[in-house]
Amino acid sequence: MMQMPDWLRARRGKDAEGRDAALWTKCPKCGEVLYRRDLAANAFVCPRCAHHFRMSAFDRISSIVDGDFAEIGADIAPGDPLGWSDKKSYPAKLRGDREKSGLSEAVVCGFGQIGGFDVALAVMDFHFRGGTMGTVVGERIALLLEEARKRKVPCIVFTASGGARMEEGMLALMQMAKTTAAVTRFTEDGNFFMTVLTDPTTGGVSASFAFQADVIVAESRAMIGFAGRRVIEQTIRQKLPDQFQTAEFLLEKGAIDMVVDRHALKDTLVRLLEYARGGVLRA
Amino acid sequence: MSGNLIVERERGLLELERRISELRAANATQPVDMSSEIAALEAKYQQILHEVFGTLSPWEKVHMARHPGRPTSLDYISALERFDELHGDRQFRDDPAIVGGFALMSGRAIVTIGQQRGRDTKENLRRNFGMPAPEGYRKVRRLAHVASRLNLPIVTFVDTKGADPGISSEEHAQSEAIAMCLHEFSTARVPIVATVIGEGGSGGALALAIADSVLMLEHSTYSVASPEGCAAILWSDASKAEEAASRLKLTAGDLHDFGIVDEIVPEPLGGAHRDVAAVVGRTLSAIEMSVTRLSALSPEELLEERYRKYRRLGTWHAERMEPIGGR
Repeated sequence: MMQMPDWLRARRGKDAEGRDAALWTKCPKCGEVLYRRDLAANAFVCPRCAHHFRMSAFDRISSIVDGDFAEIGADIAPGDPLGWSDKKSYPAKLRGDREKSGLSEAVVCGFGQIGGFDVALAVMDFHFRGGTMGTVVGERIALLLEEARKRKVPCIVFTASGGARMEEGMLALMQMAKTTAAVTRFTEDGNFFMTVLTDPTTGGVSASFAFQADVIVAESRAMIGFAGRRVIEQTIRQKLPDQFQTAEFLLEKGAIDMVVDRHALKDTLVRLLEYARGGVLRA
Repeated sequence: MSGNLIVERERGLLELERRISELRAANATQPVDMSSEIAALEAKYQQILHEVFGTLSPWEKVHMARHPGRPTSLDYISALERFDELHGDRQFRDDPAIVGGFALMSGRAIVTIGQQRGRDTKENLRRNFGMPAPEGYRKVRRLAHVASRLNLPIVTFVDTKGADPGISSEEHAQSEAIAMCLHEFSTARVPIVATVIGEGGSGGALALAIADSVLMLEHSTYSVASPEGCAAILWSDASKAEEAASRLKLTAGDLHDFGIVDEIVPEPLGGAHRDVAAVVGRTLSAIEMSVTRLSALSPEELLEERYRKYRRLGTWHAERMEPIGGR
């Protein structure tokens, strides 16, 4: 039996509703001032304009898995291969983000159940270094896929990333190769791989495992692309339309399978897992 | 791009070169012996050459990698025994920023693919400065797939600032195109040898560089983002590119230390463009040695070695962190 992590227990417990109760937050889309407890109860979707707030990995896992979650790779910690320092040293930036977000790195990986299906789950979190992929993100995702391959269970990765992590230089870029290698072995063995692209998914993450899935789901209004908006605007020297690089835009262009509202996400994933298992679903 | 550092420095040397050749010409026709003056000037020339190019900073290497006279993919490919170019992604268009096709390398049939920048403004516009669009990466994938099916080694040349960041490229799913190139190179059942000949920029470069053997020219660069891009991302200030270049560890020596590059191909003093024929010859024979060595391995051995190689890359340590979970 797996051990339910403290953070998950706290989100499932009686006092979960009281969490963050004192905090107010403003919707960045419509400006509505929201009671955080109401926002959390509404899956972090603005009740007024349906803007999907960026979720923490902990809230995401709590909202998606049925019960327990067994994290793996939690003790894989970042090094400082380039000895990077600008305004702050890289290790100091990491410590700061760890304290702010409660995360040890930009992805949380592990095993749990969704609608009764055993799944391998990776959830990236934009609140840690902008969800950028350095060695630890690559290593944890590769480890998860290798373990999922052994257990022959489907894998779902929630992406949220600004791309490769500059402070780890080329070793960060090489994580695109590492995760690709792991995805390839996993899928070639006949396992089902699914990604859920959340706001934002760009650069080295979108150009590797995010777009290597059997089925690619995106959350409503998520920004998804290879190059960042600013880079494109600088290159072409004109403003881009609002719709550009949204999930809805990618759906229209044929780059993703479906756009799903967060409230319907878990049910959608369960249905997809049923198809992937195959067989006669209804007698 | 405004002014190439290396080109600017070469201007001073050019003046000296002209004086030496003038003196030589005069020496041949006039009765006065000027050979000692010529020798002195030549010694001075060599001395300046060493001072200017003997050791290059990372930022100077960035400029060397972008030198307009630096040999491009087609300089290498056209030196092969035979080359038959193949075109198109079969879906939308042929991307001139990617060249590829069948070739013979010392009699051995191969598939070769490279990013191709232009040698002048007109060609650069046609080839989009060597920045491939999704159509280009889909052509790469198609050619790599053919190579794998026909059991032909894949030889690639990497020379790009990065993948094209334009509206059309986003509309045609640049991310997917690169992601599927990575997939194809991970699964190709044939030897892959990649050589970074100029600038290796980001995922758009890596799309041609997942390989069993990665070679890199001495003054090429290969980085997670261009120095300008990195400075813009981290500090919202592209003018801090020089600082970014020094931090990114993007030189051949750095990448060899990280285990990302297997072999460094030396360049003549002053850069590859000073003796194109010698550099092309030296590079092709290094590639050929790798292809020959890798061809002795079975597809299963190749795939296993390739998997392990990329699985290892990165630095991390085991550390049990305090129970996490945030608020």
